[in-house]
Amino acid sequence: MAVANIQVSETPLVLYALRRADDALILGHRLSEWCGHAPMLEEDMALSNIALDLIGQARELYSYAAKVEGRDNDEDKLAYLRDVRQYRNLLLVEQPNGDFAQTLVRQFFYSAFADLYWRAMMNSRDTTLAAIAAKSEKESAYHVRHASQWIIRLGDGTDESHARVQGAIDHLWAFTGEMFSVDDGERALIQAGIAIDPASLRGRWLTRLSEVVGEATLELPRNDWTQQGGRSGRHSEHLGHLLSELQSMQRTFPGLTW
Amino acid sequence: MVSVLEHDSELRRRAWDAAASVVDPEIPVLTIADLGVLREVALDGDHVEVAITPTYSGCPAMNMIALEIEIALERAGFHHPKVRTVLSPAWTTDWMSEEGRQKLRAYGIAPPQASNSRRALFGEQAVACPQCGSENTELLSEFGSTSCKALWRCKACREPFDYFKCH
Repeated sequence: MAVANIQVSETPLVLYALRRADDALILGHRLSEWCGHAPMLEEDMALSNIALDLIGQARELYSYAAKVEGRDNDEDKLAYLRDVRQYRNLLLVEQPNGDFAQTLVRQFFYSAFADLYWRAMMNSRDTTLAAIAAKSEKESAYHVRHASQWIIRLGDGTDESHARVQGAIDHLWAFTGEMFSVDDGERALIQAGIAIDPASLRGRWLTRLSEVVGEATLELPRNDWTQQGGRSGRHSEHLGHLLSELQSMQRTFPGLTW
Repeated sequence: MVSVLEHDSELRRRAWDAAASVVDPEIPVLTIADLGVLREVALDGDHVEVAITPTYSGCPAMNMIALEIEIALERAGFHHPKVRTVLSPAWTTDWMSEEGRQKLRAYGIAPPQASNSRRALFGEQAVACPQCGSENTELLSEFGSTSCKALWRCKACREPFDYFKCH
């Protein structure tokens, strides 16, 4: 890599914004990988549009993280000049696209959570986070509807599509627990009314999942074992490959602009 | 004193008109004032600062719109205008003017409906075809040619059409 990584002073609020920004950027990038490859034109446009929403959310969150940090970082440096161990996203969102079913199950798990999360965050005492939440919840409402409709269509479809979605649910389930865990820094933000406790959303998230999965004639796994690490920079092997593509231009031609 | 005030309001009107003349690059029939994207035009002496708000977080037209505003203001004689983006209160389709809705329909895009159907998982909504007016229509894709539009088809006249999503 031709350019040195930046350093980020991760105060609890900087880290909080950075984690949500990384979720949105990495999932947005994953969805953008479908551009030109989706099973039909309408779906190609849908996945690219959702990617665009997520990358837009990431930009707002990165800009805010940079502003709170108050050094000379900005949205671009935060996205392009941090290495794998500095990324703070959920393990779920970095998982490879796999087949169409796996992409949609990942999207379903995440957007069902994000929809509840952004709606709750509209009441944050932090006015910038509340404003970003008010913008994002309108978008996530469409995202979760899109994913839910596909889960039902594929689950209640052919034996093949049913088996593939069920396989994706079983495979990705272990990565969902990380969405609901918090560390000490986040606990302090929750007490200050800046963040919301994600654990308080778990019941409604499960209800939403159960409705859709039931309609789709599928089943949620019964075990609660979770794989965590992304929030503190311990990632699966997949994120490094993703970043090498996402960052290649800035690493090769530092400061390049359109 | 009165003349200074009149001068100010005349300047402000000119600045607003210049900024408001900018059109959405993806739906050129709508100005940013019709869309409700133009929030504020503030005047400090001869210096103009314009506030705009994005329709969707990732709307790629925002950079283009900001640039077009700067050009329009420079042409109207306001030098080094500033354009800033505000997020709050969040844009909704309710910000779109009635005139904007009519222009959209005439352009062949069904205007957004009341914003309460967004949460329904399988919301029943009737979107009238902008070509023939029939409500016998169906949704083809929730996500259309731009972030703000969905793709529909009229079962009466068989024409596909864009629907500006409620938001």
